[in-house]
Amino acid sequence: MTDSKYFTTTKKGEIFELKAELNSDKKEKKKEAVKKVIASMTVGKDVSALFPDVVNCMQTDNLELKKLVYLYLMNYAKSQPDMAIMAVNTFVKDCEDPNPLIRALAVRTMGCIRVDKITEYLCEPLRKCLKDEDPYVRKTAAVCVAKLHDINAQLVEDQGFLDTLKDLISDSNPMVVANAVAALSEIAESHPNSNLLDLNPQSINKLLTALNECTEWGQIFILDCLANYTPRDDRESQSICERVTPRLSHANSAVVLSAVKVLMKFMEMLPKDLDYYGTLLKKLAPPLVTLLSAEPELQYVALRNINLIVQKRPEILKHEMKVFFVKYNDPIYVKLEKLDIMIRLASQANIAQVLAELKEYATEVDVDFVRKAVRAIGRCAIKVEQSAERCVSTLLDLIQTKVNYVVQEAIVVIKDIFRKYPNKYESVIATLCENLDSLDEPEARAAMIWIVGEYAERIDNADELLESFLEGFHDESTQVQLQLLTAIVKLFLKKPTETQELVQQVLSLATQDSDNPDLRDRGYIYWRLLSTDPVAAKEVVLAEKPLISEETDLIEPTLLDELICHIGTLASVYHKPPSAFVEGSRGVQHKRLPARAGSGESTESPDVGQSVGGADAPPAVIPSQGDLLGDLLNLDLAPPATTVPAVPASMQMGAMDLLGGGLDSLMGDESETHNIHQRMESPSPQSLSEYSHPELGGDIGGSPAIGAGMGAPPAVMPASLNAAVGGGLGDLFDLGGGVGMPTGAFIPPKTLWLPAMKAKGLEISGTFARRSGVLQMDLSLTNKALSVMSDFAIQFNRNSFGLAPAGPLQVLTPLTPNQTIDVALPLSTVGPIMKMEPLTNLQVAVKNNIDVFYFSCQYPISILFVEDGKMDRQVFLATWKDIPNDNEAQFQIKDCHLNSDAATNKLQSSNIFTIAKRTVDGQDMLYQSIKLTNGIWILAELRVQAGSPNYVLSVKCRASEVSQFVYQCYELVLKN
Amino acid sequence: MIGGLFIYNHKGEVLISRVYRDDIGRNAVDAFRVNVIHARQQVRCPVTNIARTSFFHVKRSNIWLAAATKQNVNAAMVFEFLYKMCDVMTAYFGKLSEDNIKNNFVLIYELLDEILDFGYPQNSETGALKTFITQQGVKSQTKEEQSQITSQVTGQIGWRREGIKYRRNELFLDVMESVNLLMSPQGQVLSAHVSGRVVMKSYLSGMPECKFGMNDKIVIDKQGKGGSSDEAGKSGKQSIAIDDCTFNQCVRLSKFDSERSISFIPPDGEFELMRYRTTKDIILPFRVIPLVREVGRTKLEVKVVIKSNFKPSLLAQKIEVRIPTPLNTSGVQVICMKGKAKYKASENSIVWKIKRMAGMKESQISAEIELLPTNDKKKWARPPISMNFEVPFAPSGLKVRYLKVFESKLNYSDHDVIKWVRYIGRSGIYETRC
Repeated sequence: MTDSKYFTTTKKGEIFELKAELNSDKKEKKKEAVKKVIASMTVGKDVSALFPDVVNCMQTDNLELKKLVYLYLMNYAKSQPDMAIMAVNTFVKDCEDPNPLIRALAVRTMGCIRVDKITEYLCEPLRKCLKDEDPYVRKTAAVCVAKLHDINAQLVEDQGFLDTLKDLISDSNPMVVANAVAALSEIAESHPNSNLLDLNPQSINKLLTALNECTEWGQIFILDCLANYTPRDDRESQSICERVTPRLSHANSAVVLSAVKVLMKFMEMLPKDLDYYGTLLKKLAPPLVTLLSAEPELQYVALRNINLIVQKRPEILKHEMKVFFVKYNDPIYVKLEKLDIMIRLASQANIAQVLAELKEYATEVDVDFVRKAVRAIGRCAIKVEQSAERCVSTLLDLIQTKVNYVVQEAIVVIKDIFRKYPNKYESVIATLCENLDSLDEPEARAAMIWIVGEYAERIDNADELLESFLEGFHDESTQVQLQLLTAIVKLFLKKPTETQELVQQVLSLATQDSDNPDLRDRGYIYWRLLSTDPVAAKEVVLAEKPLISEETDLIEPTLLDELICHIGTLASVYHKPPSAFVEGSRGVQHKRLPARAGSGESTESPDVGQSVGGADAPPAVIPSQGDLLGDLLNLDLAPPATTVPAVPASMQMGAMDLLGGGLDSLMGDESETHNIHQRMESPSPQSLSEYSHPELGGDIGGSPAIGAGMGAPPAVMPASLNAAVGGGLGDLFDLGGGVGMPTGAFIPPKTLWLPAMKAKGLEISGTFARRSGVLQMDLSLTNKALSVMSDFAIQFNRNSFGLAPAGPLQVLTPLTPNQTIDVALPLSTVGPIMKMEPLTNLQVAVKNNIDVFYFSCQYPISILFVEDGKMDRQVFLATWKDIPNDNEAQFQIKDCHLNSDAATNKLQSSNIFTIAKRTVDGQDMLYQSIKLTNGIWILAELRVQAGSPNYVLSVKCRASEVSQFVYQCYELVLKN
Repeated sequence: MIGGLFIYNHKGEVLISRVYRDDIGRNAVDAFRVNVIHARQQVRCPVTNIARTSFFHVKRSNIWLAAATKQNVNAAMVFEFLYKMCDVMTAYFGKLSEDNIKNNFVLIYELLDEILDFGYPQNSETGALKTFITQQGVKSQTKEEQSQITSQVTGQIGWRREGIKYRRNELFLDVMESVNLLMSPQGQVLSAHVSGRVVMKSYLSGMPECKFGMNDKIVIDKQGKGGSSDEAGKSGKQSIAIDDCTFNQCVRLSKFDSERSISFIPPDGEFELMRYRTTKDIILPFRVIPLVREVGRTKLEVKVVIKSNFKPSLLAQKIEVRIPTPLNTSGVQVICMKGKAKYKASENSIVWKIKRMAGMKESQISAEIELLPTNDKKKWARPPISMNFEVPFAPSGLKVRYLKVFESKLNYSDHDVIKWVRYIGRSGIYETRC
């Protein structure tokens, strides 16, 4: 026998030759030719042209030849339906053949020919074959009904084949029963509501009897079918379980798994205090363990299923930890699955052993496996509290190995450990920070950024660390970008004074330069939050996170229950419901576990979630994105109508901040200053006084005409738009305006200080300004309530620089509903003093006829820079020496392209006076002084290297806390 | 159910392609080749989902077998079927190789047509299949023969045909165990289990009813209760606790479940009667004591002692100890008391072979490993020292107590049957960490 020669013929004219051979008189030659045709078909050549010639060979008493011709027919009949009819006669005749093997062959093949005309002819022979005296023919006919149903379901119903099939369930031959069950199950799947299988205690009994007698495959069909049955009560459930348990000793793993499925499902119905329940649990463990000595592919299927079983009923395998230890030669897919199960089984009792193993695995070769092992150590720490200490130290050991992916993985899990045990292991942060540079994977970077953001107050150089990530912002993956955004916002809320440049930068990167809608949305949400209500922002962003508990990546309970009903199948391998990967109507039906029966038990029945982790509370699942989404999900994305007016205000601030500096100075014309001065925003308190200087515009050469022409219109825009849509449109308009018209007008934006919701309908937004030496607080009061407001008054709490209202709040007419009134409140700096945290925080109380309302806001320190801040040169020198060096703070101002003269001018307009200038080696040193309202002097040295965009600023002041604010002030003035 | 079954050679060329369901198209054949066989990376999962089609594959030497489906099939069944398919093909034409498959492609198509119908596995017992899939046509069969075939294929005892006759009724029982061990460097047993198989070769006439007995603790204890107390004490010592066992489909499982007795009508010829697993009181035939010392950065000293732990009258054979060496090994000097030892650079290990070793003996090897200095920061993973051997006893302690044969129709009794029993203990994964 050397049939391989058929595979090698690849010459031209082959088809023609074959045709001749097929029509040869000699039987042997015919057979050879058909073999060649089949070989070509296998390899993928199109031999459909030979259809009539091959079909002609069908009439033969040589069974081998007949089978080959049939094989050809099955392949090509569909493409040649008309010619396929030629074969019908032979089929019909064969169905009458005295040899049962030939009858069965004919009916089997006919079912595989998916041509409508042929199916019509199939009905009669099929009906006969279903009642054939020979079981071999009957079992083949049973499957044929399923085939026919797949082609033409209506025909099968009309012809009454379904009833005949149902009768076959009572057949005397076990294999006929098994195939009938398989066929009916399949047909029933596409008719979810029909009662085709009609399982009742009698038919179940028949199935259970056949179970003992049929082939291994038949047993699988029957068990899979049984699993769909719902017993009427716990007694029936128990008796079925008793008859199914012997299958657990079958050599065929699929039989075992299907039996496990039936038992797992029916066990739901058994009362837990029943002795039998305990017995059953004990009986389930050994066969599951035995599955692990099967071939690796089956081990994989078994492990995926055990993973489900362990989640559903951890008690079954809790003592079997050791069998899941990884063997050196296991294929990688088995190793990874075992690891997963080890963690699920880890408990206080076996944790030492598990950890020792995991440590061993972390030194293996396969990268994925090592990673998972490292991650597993972290999961152990979270799961078994007693082991956390040891786990953390193991992780630190692993970090010391400096193996890149080990370090990264360790950092990812340490993040989770921090969340589980807050304030316990933060001492390791320093070690983590050391490895910052080696992180090149998004998940690890994101985790590290999360840690920095979360513990910003404990990390001295948190801002530097985060800034270092910011440089390549657009090259980062979305995960990192999102996390970076959140972390910087957190940092800002914790250390507002020092990081506001950073937060602006990141918000601008996220909202303006990014194409990712998620990132943009999150950016805007933060922006709005920060600008409307920093206190609320703090509450939201820095909200206490729920502790993560117990297990990570548990399968959600309802899905788990459904998957338990699919044990052994692909669904259990994928851990997805069938509807996720099966097309069409099949498998869309969701399977459910039966409810526990018995009145006494019913109260206890919904404890699915509890039994999973063995804990009282259902375990929380760590969202895969870390807490990123968690932060945002707390927000109501569609703000209620009352907050709408906040939207335009904050958005315009956005546009202004991002492009604003230059424009501001361009428009800094006298005629516009009035508007501009109203601008205020809380995330960047320092940024404004510079802009407000009248002389600036002229200096830089801005055209007053432009400013005047563009200044006003958008100010009134979106207040009347409603809710989310309005807000969204507002965003777009504003952005469009900002980006598209760089010379465009600003509306002096005010920041929402007090939302209407918090103040019974009174909404206050406002800003601070310094106009010709006079401090002013500009307020917009809006009545969002339905009644008239009157009797306004304002008061400040004691604050760092003694700010106090210099006069009463001038609201002369009562505020009618929907009316807005602008008020300028002059301020003095002679009020009571108390140091605030942050330094520039101001707490305000506003009273009206309805109630008293409180809010807090921050003012830019530059409003406190007085006009007579120019120090005498000699005094400067003396003072500089006088202030201890400890009080000197140095800062870098990056990316500033002004020359020293332009810088001098710009700064002067903000009451930062240059006293002297020295040039050494092409480096300009500017010596500058500032005086605050309370008489404190601030001395500064600004080094400008020609051609380099980076300035170095040294600030010396007796009260060193202000240095940071001053630096930010510089940064803003110089860059805008 | 299975929608299509494909066999490929190592290059990914299709040797056999049989489609059972309409939802699997010709492109599925190519999809698997492109995404799995030709995939750049190592295949990391035996189940692959490509464009909503799931592929199950197993590999036998150079041959890939893949089953494709679009439905939520019983995954365990598909793999069991693929293994069975390999068994059937091997039983028909020997080793699975490209040549053998090409030479027998017509036969394979015929088999595939018979054992999978519309994707549902049918009777796949070689004993039964060989009666009617012969590649010789069916002309010669008489009507009786035909109905005999069909009743056997579909019947309750699908694995055995009627009318078998032997002049000499004979049976062979092989108890084959593989003992698995994972030991810590300190000699602590991390895990140990024996997985055993009882393989039977039966040459018996007619339809013999067999009953197999072994020193199963549960059975012995049960009998002990009924029998005299001293007998229970005596046999109780020798009984073993079986964690779990599975049986060939010929064994009546319900009877085992209720009475724990193993009764069956055996297939003709060789078959695996049962598999079992034990974890308690395992006799570990060898103990490996490793000692690895790093002398500076360029030298390792390894000393390994093996001790045999069984009756001095028994001989272990084919002993092989593999001592892994680091990848940057430049040279090795080995001294061993017994057997031969060689450094195999291609396998990164020192292989120490001993032909025979009696029980209660001890032997030792010491090696000096020279290392090339590297700047590779990654530590050497120190794979475990593994061991292979064969011993003439069952490490689990399993003993065959009886195998009784009853054939009521034919005229031979249990005494006339010649029975042979053999015990073979082999190493499975027998590793000691170092």
